[in-house]
Amino acid sequence: MSTEAPAEPAVNYLNASYGIKSWLLTLDHKRIGLLYLATITLMFVVGGLAATLMRLHLVEPQGALFEPETYNKMFSSHGIIMVFFFLIPSIPATLGNFCIPLMIGARDVAFPRLNLMSWYLFVTGCAFVLYDTISGGVDTGWTFYPPYSSLYAQSHVVAAALGIFIAGFSSILTGLNFIVTIHKMRAPGMTWFRLPLFIWALYATSLIFVLGTPVIAVTVFLLGLERLLHVGIFDPAVGGDPLLFQHMFWFYSHPAVYIMILPGMGVISELITAFSRKKIFGYSFVAFSSLSIAVISFIVWGHHMFVTGQALYAGLVFSVLSFLVAIPSAVKVFNWTATLYRGSISYEAPMLYALGFIGLFTIGGLTGLFLASLATDVHLNGTYFIVAHFHYIMVGGAVMAYLGGIHFWWPKICGRLYPDMWARISAAIIFIGFNLTFFPQFMLGYLGMPRRYAVYAPEFQVLNVLSSAGASILGIGYVIPLVYLIWSMRYGPIAGPNPWKAKGLEWTIPSPPPTENFEEIPIVTEDAYNYPAIEPHAYPDSQGVASV
Amino acid sequence: MVEHPEQAADYHPPHIVPVPIYVAVFVALIIFTALTTGIAYIDLGKWNTVVALVIAVCKMVLVVLFFMHVKYSKGLTRIVILGAFFWLGIMITLTCSDELTRHWEIVPQGWSAGMHIARQLF
Repeated sequence: MSTEAPAEPAVNYLNASYGIKSWLLTLDHKRIGLLYLATITLMFVVGGLAATLMRLHLVEPQGALFEPETYNKMFSSHGIIMVFFFLIPSIPATLGNFCIPLMIGARDVAFPRLNLMSWYLFVTGCAFVLYDTISGGVDTGWTFYPPYSSLYAQSHVVAAALGIFIAGFSSILTGLNFIVTIHKMRAPGMTWFRLPLFIWALYATSLIFVLGTPVIAVTVFLLGLERLLHVGIFDPAVGGDPLLFQHMFWFYSHPAVYIMILPGMGVISELITAFSRKKIFGYSFVAFSSLSIAVISFIVWGHHMFVTGQALYAGLVFSVLSFLVAIPSAVKVFNWTATLYRGSISYEAPMLYALGFIGLFTIGGLTGLFLASLATDVHLNGTYFIVAHFHYIMVGGAVMAYLGGIHFWWPKICGRLYPDMWARISAAIIFIGFNLTFFPQFMLGYLGMPRRYAVYAPEFQVLNVLSSAGASILGIGYVIPLVYLIWSMRYGPIAGPNPWKAKGLEWTIPSPPPTENFEEIPIVTEDAYNYPAIEPHAYPDSQGVASV
Repeated sequence: MVEHPEQAADYHPPHIVPVPIYVAVFVALIIFTALTTGIAYIDLGKWNTVVALVIAVCKMVLVVLFFMHVKYSKGLTRIVILGAFFWLGIMITLTCSDELTRHWEIVPQGWSAGMHIARQLF
């Protein structure tokens, strides 16, 4: 063993105190981030099991495993858990909590107690949804559309709605905490335009948390009122309007898609620059595109309702507005690609996830334009095309970015390196498994197979079997990182402060960081991603030969 | 040494609202609630919703201005409040773009639905 091998700091946030109480009552943003990490991993496993069972069921046209009612509960649980209890908190609550103070040069978030409280609220929400799942489940789909959910469903709608209501407050508190932290706790010299783009993305996400989440809380509360007390809000028989629910639900739930993808975009900006050894191309455009995505996300929700009875005029308005969101999204993709150009690119595991993200997000985004067009949406709405589209955004985009971020900051989180070869293999398995799972679903949807059906026409079987085969590969791809990351916590080589030679304040402190993060608050004197310029002679000439 | 907040150069002590103002706002809110309940017993026709909403808005303004201290805040806090109302406006306006332009057609239910269709066809 080399005598120059980096040493782990003797006292850090992981070993500063011991015992379950030191974790459950911690005010340290890094530990709270890890509490979130453990919780959402558990929820991911539960939601993933539901998906696995669904794909097994769909191997046969008549359904291999369940009664249709059970199948309805499977996809509802999968959707509710994955959307509200994994994807929404995934990057902000884990990596955001861990990284924001480290990246802006602060000792903690602005309100540490509020931060811990938000985790407890989240766990309470999880408990309600797990109770709901174990005690029989809910069969309304994750969208809870009335009048079925308010009048007819015989399943545990109220418990699930209550879980979402409570977890919503966790999101609001986290968003509030991040906004105040980013405004008030930046280190001297850390101006807005020196902030890492991950921080800009989390700031935009926090705005959506604060502005949008109260609406979903009100919506599920009103749904509970109607179901329990028969107050006429969404039921037309007593003066309500079922489309009002959809308007309120999607006013939050469409921006919620950007709660999932915006932090992912922030992670990708970090990964692309770190593994291209280059400044990001067009910093301010990427930063402001995050904010414009957050704002535009609030004015496009009606594209979910083109065929549900919404007025044609409103449909036209929402269709035009929906196309707008493609502009800032494309700005990001083009700028990442331009950053890669003539960069000194290396293909460590986080970079593989980042490159996978760019490709899959682009496919997900472009197929979204099909659905934002009124005429094509009439054909594609309610089919597997939609399922494929939003999984390309949420799994191909958000989950790839989440895994890329976890792999990138893992050495900082636990001070150890994971086996890079295994990480690259699992990134490749996930990419292949994902595409095999969801690309056939585009074709199934285009051919007319409806979503949420427990049975299907026999001619769709080949594509369904392909999709289920892909899901098993994807499942293996997810299990491998779980194993080697846990292994690395104890047996991985010591990482040292900056194993990637990346820029950013978080890489200037020991790994794992001390509880107070910085011995002295740093003074920032340079822009983000200030990588040294690559010498022109390092570039290959037109014949592909490096001119030295 | 940690600087005490009161010693910081840009420190502004929070505005302390006198207790009588809190009591007055509380009483006003109670009166408005009683008014809402009382008016619910009077049929004002199409004005039922309008009157109820006007009272609710008055109550909300009192809460925002005094209980949430917005009357005594400035700058960023007021922008945040205005932003929240702007976002509420987006939700209401775009929802109305559907509600006000929807093609309302009364679809009879049950047996009468069949009769309605039959009458249209024949």
